[in-house]
This record gives sequence, C-alpha cells and structure tokens, in this order.
Amino acid sequence: MSGAVHTGLAAPAHERRALRDPLVAVLVGLCLAAALGLVLGRPAPYLVNAVGQLAAFAILAVSLDLVWGYLGILSLGHGLFFAIGGYVCAMHLLAHGTVMTGTLPDFVQFMGWKGLPAYWAGLEHAPYALLLALGLAGLVAFLFGLVAFRSRVNGVYFSIISQALVYVAMLLMYRNDTGLGGNNGMTGFPLLFGWPMGAPAVVTGLAVAALLTLAAVLAGARRLVGSAVGRRMLACRDDETRLRTLGYSTTRLKLRVWCLSAMIAALAGILYVPQVGIINPRVLAPDLSIEIAVWVAIGGLGRLGGAVIGAVLVNALKFWLSAAMPEAWPFILSGLVLLVVLALPNGLLDLAGLRIRPSWASGAR
Amino acid sequence: MSALVIDALTVAFGRFRALDALSLAVDPGEVRAVIGPNGAGKTTLLDVISGITKPVSGRVMLGDRLDLTRCSEAQIARAGVRRKFQKPSVFPVLTVRENLAIGCGPDMAPGAREARIAAVLGEVGLAVRAAVPAGALSHGEKQWLEIGMVLAAEPGLLLLDEPVAGLSDAETARTAELIGRLRRPDRAILVIEHDMGFVEAVADKVTVLHEGRTLYEGGMQGARRDARVIEVFLGR
Ligand SMILES: Nc1ncnc2c1ncn2[C@@H]1O[C@H](COP(=O)(O)OP(=O)(O)OP(=O)(O)O)[C@@H](O)[C@H]1O
Ligand SMILES: [Mg+2]
Repeated sequence: MSGAVHTGLAAPAHERRALRDPLVAVLVGLCLAAALGLVLGRPAPYLVNAVGQLAAFAILAVSLDLVWGYLGILSLGHGLFFAIGGYVCAMHLLAHGTVMTGTLPDFVQFMGWKGLPAYWAGLEHAPYALLLALGLAGLVAFLFGLVAFRSRVNGVYFSIISQALVYVAMLLMYRNDTGLGGNNGMTGFPLLFGWPMGAPAVVTGLAVAALLTLAAVLAGARRLVGSAVGRRMLACRDDETRLRTLGYSTTRLKLRVWCLSAMIAALAGILYVPQVGIINPRVLAPDLSIEIAVWVAIGGLGRLGGAVIGAVLVNALKFWLSAAMPEAWPFILSGLVLLVVLALPNGLLDLAGLRIRPSWASGAR
Repeated sequence: MSALVIDALTVAFGRFRALDALSLAVDPGEVRAVIGPNGAGKTTLLDVISGITKPVSGRVMLGDRLDLTRCSEAQIARAGVRRKFQKPSVFPVLTVRENLAIGCGPDMAPGAREARIAAVLGEVGLAVRAAVPAGALSHGEKQWLEIGMVLAAEPGLLLLDEPVAGLSDAETARTAELIGRLRRPDRAILVIEHDMGFVEAVADKVTVLHEGRTLYEGGMQGARRDARVIEVFLGR
C-alpha cells in the first residue's frame, strides 16, 4: 500500500475501510481460538470432526466468494476443484496406506488389478500429492478460464458452462475403469502420515489444520481484496468494458483470481476428505456446487466474513437436521434461500448491521 | 501527419449500417466536434475507435501507424486513447480517489500516480469529495469524475461522448473551460455533443454525421448556414 505517500486527507479510503472491517479479523481470531480450544479442551471426537469439516466448507465458500462476490463470476462448478483436491488426497492416503501395510485398496482388489494404477506413482509422498492437487486444480481452472474469458463468456452463460463441466467430471468419475474408485469412490484410508486414521490425535490434528488453513486463507483473501488488485476486481465486476478501455487486461485479471480460487477450493477438498474418510463422485453432483453458492448468498455475497458465516451456519444446520429429519433438509434449505432473497438481499450480515460496503454484485451482468 | 484517420469505415448491425463508408481525419492539437441527430452513429464511431465494436470494413489509423481495428480495448487504451462514455461510467463502490487511481492505467509508477491523482482531483474540482464512493456522487460529479479518469493517463487522443449531458449551464461552462485547458499540440480531442453553444465554444471544426455518413465538415459558422445540416439537424 502507498499509504505513507498520502498527506492532508489522511489514509486513503480503502485503508480506513479495512480498519472498519473487523469481521475478518474476528473470524481469524475465532479460528485460532477454536484450534487452541480443540487442542487443550479435548472435546468429543465427533464434535472436533464436525468443527474441522465446517472449516473446510468455509474455505470452499471463501474461494467462491472471491470470484463471485468480488469479480462477478458465478461459478456453479466449484465442486470440481474441491473434488480434485479431495480425489488427489484420497489417492495419497491409499497409496501411503499400501506402502505402509502392503495391502491394496479395496477397489483395486475388486477390479482384479495387481497393483495401483501406474499414474499413481509417487503419490505416497505427501508434498508431491499436495503439489499435484493444487497444480491440477490450477491447470484445469486455467484452461477453462482461458477459453471462457478470452471468448468473453460472461454471466449466466459462464455459470451454466461451469455447471456442465462439473457434471461431465461426475459422469467421468462414475466409470469404474478410471482407476479412481468409480461409483463407490475411495474409502478405507488406513493411515495419515503413519498414524491410524481414527485416533483422537489425528482427528484433532486434521481439524486444527483445517482451522489454521481457514485463518490463513481468510487473512490472505482480505489482503488481496484490500489491495489495488482487489479494487480492480470490483471495477471489473461492476463495469468490465470501462476497465478494459482504461488499459487493463481483464482476461488476465480474471484468469489469475479464478485460478487462485480454484486452488483454494482444492485445498478445502484436501482437508475435507481425510475428515469424512471417503470421496465418491457425489461431490461432483451439480447440486453440491449450487449449494456452495447458496452458502455464500445466505451469509452475504462479497464479504469474506459472510461466506464463512453462511457456510458454517448452513452446514451446522445440515449436520443437525439431516440426522434428525433427512427428508426435510432440501425444503429447509430452499426456505432459507427464499427468506434471505426476500428479506435480506445482502445475506445474514444485513441482520447484524455489518454491511461493510454496498454490494451490487451479480453474476449475470 | 494526422492524429487519427478514419478511412471508409463501415459498421453493420444485421442489415442496418450504423456507419457507412465514413472517412474522417483529425489533426494533432485539434478539438473536433461530431454532431448529428439521434441515431446518426456518433457513439458507434467512438465504439469502433475504442475497440468495443469491430467494423465490417475500413481502417482506423492512430498516428499513421497503428490500425486500431486490429487491437483489443486494452491495447488501444495503452496506445494513449481514452474514452468517456455517454452514460457516465464510473466504478460505484470505489471512492473518487480509487477511481482516479485506476484511471491512471496499469503502467504508471506509484509515486507518479499519487501526484497525478492530486493534480486531476484539483482539475475536475473533486478534491473535497476524494474519499466519497463514486456511487454516491451527483450526476454532474460523476460526469466530472469520469472526465478525470480519462484524463489521468495523459491521453494523446481523448474521446468524449456527450460530456455535458445533464449538466447545468454553469457546469457546462466549466467543462468548456476544462476542455480548453486540455488542448495540447500533441493531443487530439474528439467530442460528441448536442449542446451547440458548447460545441461552438470548444471545437475547431465540426463534423456533422447523418445516417452513418458525413453531411458536413468545417467551421461551426458554416454548419449553421448549410442547407442540408439545417434540414436534418439544426433546423428542427
Ligand atoms: N449494438 C447495436 N445493435 C443494433 N443496433 C445498434 C447497436 N448499437 C447502435 N445501434 C444502432 O445504430 C444507430 C446509431 O447508434 P449510435 O448510438 O451510434 O447513435 P448516436 O449518434 O450516438 O445517437 P445519440 O445522439 O442518441 O446518442 C442507431 O440506430 C442505433 O439504434
Ligand atoms: Mg450516442
């Protein structure tokens, strides 16, 4: 920031606004406090696990808010990037387990194969798996974004195509010969870094990792949207032609943020899969991708804190209600959406009076 | 050498020709007004120059070397062309200062940018409004902010689409003064306006456009006397 250069009118407006945006700082603090609480307080493992899953969903919501709320690109296919992270993580866990225990994963035995597919080579090494997950998500996002943004696919068209992409990926993953578990997916992860998967320390470790990642993602995203690039993102969202005719390549801007968002979504998938112990093509179902958008819209589009609050509230409600009355959940979710759309057009943050900046964002411009 | 040469430019929307083999040359340092009735093709002309609309045929040469019809909007802007839109186009959630910072373009060094923003704020009279979100400005202030945004990068070719539409007489007079100050030997200004008093005050020459073709080119005095111009435009 070039704040020091300013005189007279004091700090530039965006810096003052950053000071007035305490929500992200509060949420980062809450994440850190929760992580500490999990380590010191040792709550019941199911609770620890639930907190960890919520944190993973919150990361996913922030990744979508970055492109939708701040750049005006509504992706209805973010489940794809989440799934890329999740699948690569599952491959790592199974490869690691095979190396350590000598037994092949169930689905490999079921297919009658003698060993892991050749392209799994090296995945037992966690750093390589991490790089592969992020790199693959980034690459897929780059190729898709390059084609879409160059040909100026915008608004609803982009949303529909992104939805089609996740659907095609789902159909692909339902095939049993891909070496990725087919319709049953992959499960039965025995070990994490050599530790038995269900051990309380592992459960806690995973939840803490998810919370710390969420804190880091939030802080990083706040920095981004508060920077000069963040102001260009808002400018692009509100009037892309105006921004182009001032000399900015909006294709490049959108491509960068889009790829970053995809990698954050992959990170969420990486953290999610070991906590639920399974991944299957259901994560690529179009309705899951739409649900991510619902979390963001419910919490408050275009505010990072809103995305987190929406993801946590909706999913906490889902955990609770889908156990209590599973058939009712879709109706409750729809009702919630209607309520927010009709009564709180800027999401739940409206309730708290925490509206930081006007948000005239929309995917369909 | 001309600052801008438009050569046999044709733009079609379906079978309708918004511009029909239009030719036009603007000299460096010149302020040219383009006038004409609604739907004459004035905005379409600026759309082609700024790269938003691609023509069916014809060329738009900037300084005799760059054919703008082959460039993207961003490339055209980086070649020194800036355009103010007919509908004031500012970024509503960003403050006046942030709008101007973006107006400086992607390449300006941060130090130079701060100085430039301060200068432009003074130029367009928005210094006291620097921290206000652009969405909260009045219509006139938005017009001036957008003029500031397109000024910020010191363009060599400035395109202004109805810069005084919706402004009061006093604001219009101030805008005319501002455009007078923007005159430079190495800068050409193309301004579209319906306010004939304003055109007379700022322009060296006028081009009267009608149905995508040039009806008249020359001094404003001559335009007022031209029978065809009176018939399609001024006389009504
Ligand atoms: N995208 C488009 N598709 C179809 N027709 C268009 C398009 N843009 C402009 N036109 C038509 O081209 C003609 C010229 O429009 P243009 O906006 O250039 O007129 P103008 O001279 O700027 O008029 P005004 O003084 O009202 O601003 C009009 O008849 C308009 O309806
Ligand atoms: Mg017009």
